[in-house]
Amino acid sequence: MISMKSEDYEAILEHARKELPNEACGLIAGKLDGDNKIIEKVYFLTNIDHSNEHFSLDPKEQLAAIKDMRSNELVPLGNWHSHPESPSRPSDEDKRLAYDSKASYLILSLMDNENPVLNSFKIEGNNAEKENLVIW
Amino acid sequence: MFITVAGVKKEVKDNLTVAQLVIDEKVETPQYVTVTINDEFVDSGSFESTVLKDGDIVEFLYFMGGGQ
Repeated sequence: MISMKSEDYEAILEHARKELPNEACGLIAGKLDGDNKIIEKVYFLTNIDHSNEHFSLDPKEQLAAIKDMRSNELVPLGNWHSHPESPSRPSDEDKRLAYDSKASYLILSLMDNENPVLNSFKIEGNNAEKENLVIW
Repeated sequence: MFITVAGVKKEVKDNLTVAQLVIDEKVETPQYVTVTINDEFVDSGSFESTVLKDGDIVEFLYFMGGGQ
């Protein structure tokens, strides 16, 4: 299970809508409680691809985020990105570039902007498994 | 000498290169890893020739990207 505060979800949604038509992206960090992940901080990073079909995190901002996590005693839990025009499921490219089977990959679909869908996945090789995402 | 890797201080042999550190640290998918030394990004083509110094602070950044 992975949990996220509703205000963090709203912040991701607002940021992703602001970045349209391009994909938005960032990192998630928090605490581990057994098999459960608790998101305590969401990072909003620049998509250096500036594309509606691809994203790459800005490495300098990634470095700053990692330092911030460490200084706040948070562990990296994974990343998030938006799909402006496709469903909330990992694309072939998402799977190919998901190197960490322990990470959570959150995907926000805005293909129906009025009805956004956020899902979390664990990805190993070509297999993506949906996680139980709780927004509270 | 001592260096700090991903926030952990550790003792390593002198004249250690970035390339060897990547191996020693068992970095997964090294082709997707960017290395910084004291906040400076190291060109991936320079891993073999970049020698670490005592007190260096090293971070491994894993490429994160995808597409819809």
